Amino acid sequence: MKAIRKILDNMKPHVQKGGKFHMFHSAFDAVETLFFVPDHVTTKGSHIRDAVDMKRTMIWVVIALIPALLFGMWNVGRLHFLSHGEAADFWQMFGYGFWKVLPIIIVTYATGLGLEIIFAQKRGHEVNEGFFVSGMLIPLLLPPDIPLWMVAVATAFAVVIGKEVFGGTGMNILNPALTARAFLFFAYPSDMSGDKVWISDKADAFSGATPLGDALVDNIGSLPSPMEMFIGTIPGSIGETSTLLIILGGIILLATGVASWRILLSTIAGGMVMGLLFNLWGLNDYMNIPAYYHLIMGGFAFGAVFMATDPVTATQTNKGKYIYGFLIGLLAVLIRVFNPAYPEGMMLAILFMNVFAPLIDHYVIEANIKKRLKRAKA
Amino acid sequence: MTIKIKKGLDIKLVGEAEKTVVDLKADKYAVKPTDFIGVFPKLLVKEGDSVKAGSPLFFDKYRDNIQFTSPVSGKVIELKRGAKRKLLEIVIEADNEISYEDFGGANASDLDREQIIEKFLKSGVWPFIRQRPYSVIADPKDDPKSIFISAFDTNPLAADKDLLLHGHGEEFQAGIDALEKLTSGKVHLNVNADLASSKVFTNSKNVQINQFSGPHPAGNVGTQIHAIDPINKGEVVWYLNPEDVLTIGKLLKNGTYDATKIVAFAGSEVLKPKYYKTIGGAEVSAFAANNVTEGDKRFISGNVLSGEQISANGYLGFYHSLITVIPEGNVHEFFGWMIPSLKKFSFYRTAFSWLMPRKKYRLNTNLNGGERAFVITGQYEKVFPFDIYPMQLVKAAMIEDIDAMENLGIYEVDEEDFALCEYICPSKINMQSVIRDGLDLMRKEMS
Repeated sequence: MKAIRKILDNMKPHVQKGGKFHMFHSAFDAVETLFFVPDHVTTKGSHIRDAVDMKRTMIWVVIALIPALLFGMWNVGRLHFLSHGEAADFWQMFGYGFWKVLPIIIVTYATGLGLEIIFAQKRGHEVNEGFFVSGMLIPLLLPPDIPLWMVAVATAFAVVIGKEVFGGTGMNILNPALTARAFLFFAYPSDMSGDKVWISDKADAFSGATPLGDALVDNIGSLPSPMEMFIGTIPGSIGETSTLLIILGGIILLATGVASWRILLSTIAGGMVMGLLFNLWGLNDYMNIPAYYHLIMGGFAFGAVFMATDPVTATQTNKGKYIYGFLIGLLAVLIRVFNPAYPEGMMLAILFMNVFAPLIDHYVIEANIKKRLKRAKA
Repeated sequence: MTIKIKKGLDIKLVGEAEKTVVDLKADKYAVKPTDFIGVFPKLLVKEGDSVKAGSPLFFDKYRDNIQFTSPVSGKVIELKRGAKRKLLEIVIEADNEISYEDFGGANASDLDREQIIEKFLKSGVWPFIRQRPYSVIADPKDDPKSIFISAFDTNPLAADKDLLLHGHGEEFQAGIDALEKLTSGKVHLNVNADLASSKVFTNSKNVQINQFSGPHPAGNVGTQIHAIDPINKGEVVWYLNPEDVLTIGKLLKNGTYDATKIVAFAGSEVLKPKYYKTIGGAEVSAFAANNVTEGDKRFISGNVLSGEQISANGYLGFYHSLITVIPEGNVHEFFGWMIPSLKKFSFYRTAFSWLMPRKKYRLNTNLNGGERAFVITGQYEKVFPFDIYPMQLVKAAMIEDIDAMENLGIYEVDEEDFALCEYICPSKINMQSVIRDGLDLMRKEMS
C-alpha cells in the first residue's frame, strides 16, 4: 500500500499540468483514484460527506452481474458440447465458455475505457465510473461467437455516439450497453439473430433456436420447459438466459438500493398484463402461451433488472418510474408477439422508453408545478 | 398539532456537548459582515475607535436603515479585509467591564409596530430577524404572513435550545410579545414532539405552538414553514432563532443590546465538549485553549452540515450558538471506495453503517470521492421533506433558469434545506452553493 502510494506520488508531478506526460493525466487519475480515495476535502457546503461515492455505487451493479456472467460462461460451454453430442464435465464446459467470453470482456473494457479516458482528458474532468457497468453489460448482451472487431466497433459507437456526444455519463439519453447491442443488431443482423449464432461453434445438425425464435414461427411445441427457461440452460445471449441468477442479481441491487424497485416491479407488471391480455385475445398459439413465459424467455428478466433500472436513462421522478417500467414491460411483449422481424422486444422497448422518459418526467413535474400554483391562488 | 416528518436522516457524531455551562471571557470579539447575505457594509467606525455594546459599526449600503452594532464595549482594533478589500471582520478588544448604550426599556404592549421596529433597527437586533425567500435580513417595510421560531435543532451536535434559554422565560416572552406585533399573521413556535421541551417554550403565550417529530431536518425552520404555512410567490415569512428572541427580550426589558449567549463547543476533536456562557462574536481560540486535540482540524461556526468554516483564530458567527471541531480529511485512503469501513457513516446500504444504527461517528472532511454528473435518482427525495423535486430544482439553478426555479419552488427553500441532499450525494455536487447562487439570482431579478 505504501509502495503503491510512493510510486503514484513519484509519477504525479510528471502528469500534472506543465509536466512532460500531461496527456496521460486522466489515465493516471483513473488509476490513482482506483487505488486511493483522493485527499480532497470539502470546500463549500456540508463539511462532512457520505462514505459512498459513484465508484461504490457502480461496483455493486458489477457484483450483481457476476452470477449471471459465471452461469453464462458455463452455459456457453455446455451448449457447445451438447450440440456436438460430446460428453464434458463441469470444468471443461466452464473452461470452454470462459475462454470464449473473456476476450469479449477484455475487448469491451479496453475499447470503452480507452475512449472514456481520451474524452476525460479532452474535457478536463475525471474519468466517470459509468463504463464500469456498461463494460460488463455489453458482453452479456451478445452471442458467444460474435467477432471481436464487432465488439470493439459497437462499444466505440455506444461510448461516442451513445454517451459522450451528449456530455458523458449522466447526460446520455440512451442506455449505452443497449446502444451497442442495437448497433450490432441493425448493422450486422446475420451475426446477431437467427438460430445459428446462439451456440458457440454449433454443430449444423443441432437446432440452436432460442425460445423466442421458436415462438415467433409458432413452433410453440418445441419450447423448452419453464424450468429450463427459468434456470437458463437454453440458447441466448451470454448473460440473459438464467432468470434464476438474474433474480439473485436483482435481489442484490434492491437490497443495496442501487436499482429502483418501482421500475423493476412495474416492468414485470407491464409484461404480465400484456401477456394476460394476449391470453384473452388468443388469436394464435403465441398469444396463448402462459403470460409468465414472457418473463423467463429471452432478455426480459435481464433487461428489467439491469437495463431498465439504469438511473440515467430512466425517468427520474418516482411517479414517472411506475409509468416508465410498466410501458417497457408492455411494449416488450407487444413487439415480441406482433412484430415478425424481431423475435426479442426488450431491447427496443427499453430504448424506446429511454427516449420518452424525459417526457414522462415533464408531465409528472408539471403536475407538481400546477399544485404549487393552485396553492398560491387559494 | 403534531406534524410527523418522515423523510430525513439523523447523523450521529461523537463529541456532543456535556450539559454544563461554564463562563468564558474572550479578549476579542468580532462582527463579520459576511454573515449577512446580500449586505454591503458601509463602515461607521475606524481602527482605534472606542465603542459601547450597541454602538453602530456599519450599515447596509442597499438598505441604510439596517445597521449592525457592537456586541461588547471596547476598542476597534482591526478591520480585517480580504480579496478586493472586502470587509471580513470588525474586531473589538473588549473592556473588562462591559458598558452599554441605552435604548430605553419598554413593554411591547406600550409600543406600536413602528416604535418596535425603530428600536430594533437602532439597537442592532433587527438583523436577527431574517426572511424567506432568500434567507436575507427581513425588510422592515414588509408585512410577513407569519413568523417562525424553531425551538429545537436536529442538526448533528446541535446546541440544546432548552439549555440556551433555561431560566429566561420572562425575557423570551417579552421578545415574543414584540414580534407578535410585527406580523398580521401568527407567530409559530415549533417544539420537538419527541422530547419534553423546556417550560420556557411550552408556557409561551401569544404564539401558536406546533409539535414536530421525526429525523433531521424536522428542526429546520424551512421544513416547518413548508409544513405549516408554505411560501408562495410574493409572500414573505420571517424567522429567527429562539436564543435571538431572548436577546430581543433583554433589549425590551433592560434597554440594552446584551449579546450574552450560551454556546456549545462540540465535535470529536474537542477534549471536553460543553457549553460556555459568552458573548456573540467571541473568538474561537478562547474556547479551544487546551481543549482540542493535536492534529489537523477544521473549526466550524455552526453545525457540520450548514456551518461556516473558520480559522483557529476566527470568530463565532452572528446566527450561531455552536462551534464544531472535526478532523480534516486530507489523506489518501487505500481502496477506500471499496473496502467496507466501520469508521464511516453512510445513508446507503452499499456501505454497511446501516447495520449499526446506534453507533456514533468521528467523521472527517474528506469528500469521499470525486465530483461527477448527477447519476442516481430517487435518493435525494428520501432526505428532503418538501413537496419539491430537489434534483430538478438544483439543475434549474445550475442553468440559471429563472422561470424553472420559480415553478419548482425556489422561494420555499434555503441552502441549509439542501444540506442533507448534498451530504448523501454520491456525485459529490455542492448543492448548497448552487441553491445559494440560485437564490441570489432570483433576488436580483425580482428586485
